[in-house]
Amino acid sequence: MVMPQIKPAAAVPPVAAPLDSAVSVRNVSKNYGKVEALKDLSLEFPRGELTSLLGPSGCGKTTLLKIIGGLLEPTAGEIEVNGKMVTGPGPDRAFVFQDFALLPWASVIRNVAFGLELRGVPRSEREAIAEKYIRNVGLSGFERSYPHELSGGMRQRVGLARALSVDSQVLLLDEPFSAVDEQNRRKFQEDLLALVRNENKTFIFVTHSIEEAVYVSDQIAILLPRPSRVSEVIRPSGFREKDVENIRRDPEYLDIVDQIWSSLRTYAE
Amino acid sequence: MQYRSLLLKLLSAAIVFGAWEIAGRIPVSYAFPTFLESMQALVRLTLDGTMFKAYAETLKPLVLGVAISAVLGIGLGLWIGLSQRFEWLFSPIFIVMQAAPLAALIPLLVMAYGIGLTSKVFVVCIMAMPVIVLNTASAVRNTPVSLKEMGRSFLAGDSAIIYKIVIPAASPVIFSGLRLGISAGFIGAILAELKITPTGVGDIISYSRSVADYPSMYAAIFSIILLAVLFLNLLERLENVLFEGNNRGYASD
Repeated sequence: MVMPQIKPAAAVPPVAAPLDSAVSVRNVSKNYGKVEALKDLSLEFPRGELTSLLGPSGCGKTTLLKIIGGLLEPTAGEIEVNGKMVTGPGPDRAFVFQDFALLPWASVIRNVAFGLELRGVPRSEREAIAEKYIRNVGLSGFERSYPHELSGGMRQRVGLARALSVDSQVLLLDEPFSAVDEQNRRKFQEDLLALVRNENKTFIFVTHSIEEAVYVSDQIAILLPRPSRVSEVIRPSGFREKDVENIRRDPEYLDIVDQIWSSLRTYAE
Repeated sequence: MQYRSLLLKLLSAAIVFGAWEIAGRIPVSYAFPTFLESMQALVRLTLDGTMFKAYAETLKPLVLGVAISAVLGIGLGLWIGLSQRFEWLFSPIFIVMQAAPLAALIPLLVMAYGIGLTSKVFVVCIMAMPVIVLNTASAVRNTPVSLKEMGRSFLAGDSAIIYKIVIPAASPVIFSGLRLGISAGFIGAILAELKITPTGVGDIISYSRSVADYPSMYAAIFSIILLAVLFLNLLERLENVLFEGNNRGYASD
């Protein structure tokens, strides 16, 4: 099989990072026994931007995200978040899970406040904060509902509110919309763009959807599997300032989607 | 809704008791009294104080055994569920205990611990504990990984993960183990009184049978079932108070 040629125009070598990085991944490797999940992977995540980790399944993007989150330990290499070395989970990072990971026995407000509860924030204080973020994600009126009473999309809004309420500088999103139906996913993607613009946070977003990655990202890192490495980093520039409705019609958007697909198609099963 | 479920419960009780009454009147067996005769005997035994004296005896091994089984069983279950090593060590013991034919083991217990309270407590524990331990252990082991991961990522320490995630997540299965274990404990308490020394309710049962006073025998059996049902209802209340969310159904995905 012939590796398709990638147009160098939009591609930036992964090491050249002129921007201020919130998260730096340096020479990270991860082995599971003899299986190399990640090999010598380096990547910079610019502050205040959304970076997608995009790749076929099994390329280790979730593994990388969990290593950044401190949930997994790398076999070699190091992670720096705001200049501090990662040794485990920390208050500077908050996670949004693919399967929502909500407590089924707890109401929406307790779920949203759970991160603060674990940090020992007093009840009235943490519920005030939680209420604010429940409003922000558009779930006002559902504070006393339970997760099983909500739709998939609403459950993930709870997960998002929980991650926002601990006020971390870095948000780690592990395929957050993959269990959400298409209409809600689109709404979510629009909301995510607004969130990146309004909250001064760094977002790291794992997805296997090319369109989704191009739509929401300031920077896209394409990971190729066996063992995983960053094959290229793409920075869409032209359409980011446009209206959310017009992004999907933008020629640059369509070109980048095509370009990524041509480099990933050889890995499709 | 509440009203209707109560109505259905009463209806199902009426059907069972009606069938009992009819079966007693046919009669299916000379040794099978009618429902009304048994209830009369129950009232008589209650009024003359026999029942109270009997339960003062029977409740001793029952309450002691159930309490030990619940506390020790949940504790051991948590331990086994949280640690791989203890699973290998303890799990087989409780699986054997659960499968062992208890009635055949009672002579051994009597040889080791005599015919007093200790042996009876043992019988209750052997009946009640395995299901509590095994249920607790498997519930703890099956705590959704993503919930534990979520806890860790939001900076929960080990004890916060156990108290705020593992135990609440496991609580419905722990409580169903407790329900099964306690019902088995009731059986164990009566079994002990029938097989070791006839005391308490077991004495009423075996004595009434020996003098062919079948209404009294069934009254005693009925009373222990009634007590078990009341106790299990109480346990359900306790579960709803302790783990409010449990009766709200679960989000499966």
